[in-house]
Amino acid sequence: MTVQTQFQTGAQAAALRQSGASVKMVAKDVKVFYGAKQALKGIDLEIQENRVMALIGPSGCGKSTFLRCLNRMNDTIENCRVEGLIALDGEDVYGRQIDAVQLRARVGMVFQKPNPFPKSIYDNISYGPRIHGIASHRDEMDEIVQKSLERAGLWNEVKDRLREPGTGLSGGQQQRLCIARAVAVSPEVILMDEPCSALDPIATAHIEELIDELRENYTIVIVTHNMQQAARVSQKTAFFHLGEMVECDDTEEIFTNPRDERTQGYITGRYG
Amino acid sequence: MQLTVLIIVLALLTIAGFQLGRSRAAATVGGRLVELHSVPSYHGLYVALWAGVPAVLLLAFWTASESWVVMQLVLAGLPDQFTAVDPQALSLLQADILNLAHGINASREPAPEVLAAAERYNRLHALGDWALLVVGSCLALAGLTWARGRLSPDMRARNRVERAINVALIICSLVAILTTVGIVLSLLFEAIRFFTVISPVEFLFGLHWSPQMAMRADQVGSSGAFGAIPLFTGTLLITVVAMAVAVPVGLMSAIYMSEYANPHLRTWLKPILEILAGIPTVVYGFFAALTMAPFVRDVGQSLGFAVSSESALAAGFVMGVMIIPFVSSLSDDVINAVPQALRDGSYGLGATKSETIRHVVLPAALPGIVAAIMLAVSRAIGETMIVVMAAGLAANLTANPLDAVTTVTAQIASLLVGDQEFDSPKTLSAFGLGLVLFLVTLTLNVVALRVVQKYREKYD
Ligand SMILES: Nc1ncnc2c1ncn2[C@@H]1O[C@H](COP(=O)(O)OP(=O)(O)OP(=O)(O)O)[C@@H](O)[C@H]1O
Ligand SMILES: [Mg+2]
Repeated sequence: MTVQTQFQTGAQAAALRQSGASVKMVAKDVKVFYGAKQALKGIDLEIQENRVMALIGPSGCGKSTFLRCLNRMNDTIENCRVEGLIALDGEDVYGRQIDAVQLRARVGMVFQKPNPFPKSIYDNISYGPRIHGIASHRDEMDEIVQKSLERAGLWNEVKDRLREPGTGLSGGQQQRLCIARAVAVSPEVILMDEPCSALDPIATAHIEELIDELRENYTIVIVTHNMQQAARVSQKTAFFHLGEMVECDDTEEIFTNPRDERTQGYITGRYG
Repeated sequence: MQLTVLIIVLALLTIAGFQLGRSRAAATVGGRLVELHSVPSYHGLYVALWAGVPAVLLLAFWTASESWVVMQLVLAGLPDQFTAVDPQALSLLQADILNLAHGINASREPAPEVLAAAERYNRLHALGDWALLVVGSCLALAGLTWARGRLSPDMRARNRVERAINVALIICSLVAILTTVGIVLSLLFEAIRFFTVISPVEFLFGLHWSPQMAMRADQVGSSGAFGAIPLFTGTLLITVVAMAVAVPVGLMSAIYMSEYANPHLRTWLKPILEILAGIPTVVYGFFAALTMAPFVRDVGQSLGFAVSSESALAAGFVMGVMIIPFVSSLSDDVINAVPQALRDGSYGLGATKSETIRHVVLPAALPGIVAAIMLAVSRAIGETMIVVMAAGLAANLTANPLDAVTTVTAQIASLLVGDQEFDSPKTLSAFGLGLVLFLVTLTLNVVALRVVQKYREKYD
């Protein structure tokens, strides 16, 4: 297997396992229905703090659906129904005391296709903080914008053109802008749905580096179709198949000796 | 009679040409159709076109020129003393001949030569019709035979037929364009005639509008003043009132329909709203004149304002209602065209629905909404009926919406209603107004379309 060469060293992986990171989000027996059609058939999963969790699996197996449950983006879909428990820091996100809008400020999302707002680069970033009233005056906002852009590794490229439209950036820059935008509201978890699928290899490498850096401060869940990418950026990997979560383990474990033969088949490229 | 026969003959020959061409094409390759460059029906169409088109062109040409040709022949046969006269007498003579030919007795006894000419006219006409029938049929037959003879397996029948279709399409679009150009030119020429009598400066900047001209030198009280400013301000006033109604209501309902209404409700609501656009403007006019205007007057009077029974407010309000579906339907379309990804992006940051609409959806849709509003404005400016019925025809220079005002279009209508002399400045001023109106709405539409186009480029 070629992917093996791209792992963190065994020592790193061991260190991670020992560190015993705390659990950030939990999913218990999550079932999702689109109308009469069941898309998820009871998912159990734990997402650990300050780790990158990769969701892999063949197309249509429900990865995006699961991801969208974590910040209740499925609420915007007309006929979608979610059952089971999803908790953030031990609190049921579908519970009464949590509002979907507040939840999404804590669990941010980056989409498959870069979707900058048709506003200036500055306004794209300041939009989130502004609606949440995070910055009280201008200097503070400037600082948030700069810091977010720096986190997303975009600051040096755009610092002289903050007033230009965000839609004028290249695809890779736009995606980093979207990451910066998500970072700007200081979420605890960032969900990424195939963030690199519309990008070229160099932009992809950029974003992968970025994800690795973001891990320090955020918990990240990333959906990807790219095995190497999952191996490179994640510590945990969950394999989905036909609406079920087949297995979830340390990334190294999944890629070197998967327990389920469906996982084996998928990562060796026999199907998917 | 001959014409009907000819048309039937042509239709039959064309159909026959199609069938013959198709079977001939199949026959040339002995039924192995793959060896044909084009499928047989294209060969059929090719033959049919050759059978039909030249004959139809001949027919069109003949119908257009027949009367003139026959008349020239008849005139040439008359003695010189009749034809060597001034053009006016000549056209009188022609009219006499035509009348006699059609069996209408002239009031005075016609000269025997003229009677003979009328008979000759009828004879030539009948002869011409027969000739047309024969020549047309022969032409169709010849075209059919010739085209059928040209069929061969590798003839590019499809390309030829498609070229013919292409030409037909071009001609159709040219008709539309040329008609527009014709209308504009006639407008322009009449307007120029008007501006030679009344100076454009007086027209565009004069403050007094009273187009009644003295017919006789001793007539009093009708001075004729052509300052169009009161009309422009009246139009502006009514348009502003109309937009003040239509834009907020239309925009809000568009937002409701595209963002809040569930799809089921939306499929009901949108057509109902669009029915408003289907009501004839005259009916809105009734409503404005019989319901709105008295209502506005009563309310105004009870509040202590002096309101005339015809007011800009009533007309503008009803016009606004009429335009609501315009604004809402177009805005609804542009709001729907805003990609869902943008909304998701905003929701993903923890924005509420109304924040998303205000800060993301509306700004993204703004160019389209502006375009919709501009189209609505040009619609309001061009609206006539409601104004005529509800706002009156008094050209008051006022900014008070409770006064009676009049608009450019209402004036044009009233200037051209009834019998008119087409050389008095009063009548001609309608064309001056029409030109101004045309230029204004044209500009609005062009700008609006530009904006829409730019907007489209961004999201496709
Ligand atoms: N809005 C929707 N309405 C109805 N069915 C849906 C909807 N979204 C997803 N589905 C169905 O749910 C199932 C899971 O879809 P999902 O988008 O989660 O797959 P995925 O694993 O993300 O696939 P991909 O890798 O292609 O993105 C699919 O069968 C899909 O057809
Ligand atoms: Mg997906």
